[in-house]
Amino acid sequence: MTKVPIKKRPRNLSLDMLSRYDLPLPGKVSIFHRISGAGLFLCLPLILWLFSASLTSPETFAMFKAVFAAWPAKVVMAGLIWAYVHHFCAGIRFLLLDLHIGIEKEAARKSAGIVFAVSIPLTLILLGVLL
Amino acid sequence: MINRIVVGAHYGLRDWIVQRATAVIMAVYSVIIAAVLLVVRPSGFEAWQGVFANGFIKFLTFLFFVSLFYHAWIGIRDIWMDYIQPVGLRLTLHVLTAAALVGYTAWAAAILWRL
Repeated sequence: MTKVPIKKRPRNLSLDMLSRYDLPLPGKVSIFHRISGAGLFLCLPLILWLFSASLTSPETFAMFKAVFAAWPAKVVMAGLIWAYVHHFCAGIRFLLLDLHIGIEKEAARKSAGIVFAVSIPLTLILLGVLL
Repeated sequence: MINRIVVGAHYGLRDWIVQRATAVIMAVYSVIIAAVLLVVRPSGFEAWQGVFANGFIKFLTFLFFVSLFYHAWIGIRDIWMDYIQPVGLRLTLHVLTAAALVGYTAWAAAILWRL
């Protein structure tokens, strides 16, 4: 067996190193895709509970509507709406990349910009309509 | 083109495809349900319930939920694989995630078929 020299570089980056690292735009789309996905997963019980309340009876429907009107809940709902919209927009970009559309560096940076340019206004519109 | 000698199991190809297929189903459903709600404009409980009591919408909504849970399984499993190194803890999290998602599937079915 020949010995492979061990490269002197960290295997994992610490959070401190990560916070100082200036991630390029496609990297930001990617990490927000993961964060929004994880957040949506963690809120699935809440989402299903709300969906159930909205469909069960006029009384539970009123409670469902009240959740959208209450302030602390509004913040959570706003976060969930952003997460859904970002995950949706970034997901479409990833599907296009999978089809080898826009895989050159410049095109990929541009499409990452488009994801934010679409997801942020779309989130604000939905917040205006739903909350 | 990357040339790799791939032997043995499917090397995650099936999960990779399922992740994309479920994503497409959810994206199409999102557009359809948004369009339906924009056309119907359900104002109160009766109208809102009526939308989801429709057999076809019910079917599509359940398909959406099943896609969501399968999609979430692959995504969350990847997160555990990336960040959780101790095997016992990772396995525990995998089992808890899968158990929760199976439960959610039954819950979603119960919500829809009560209507």
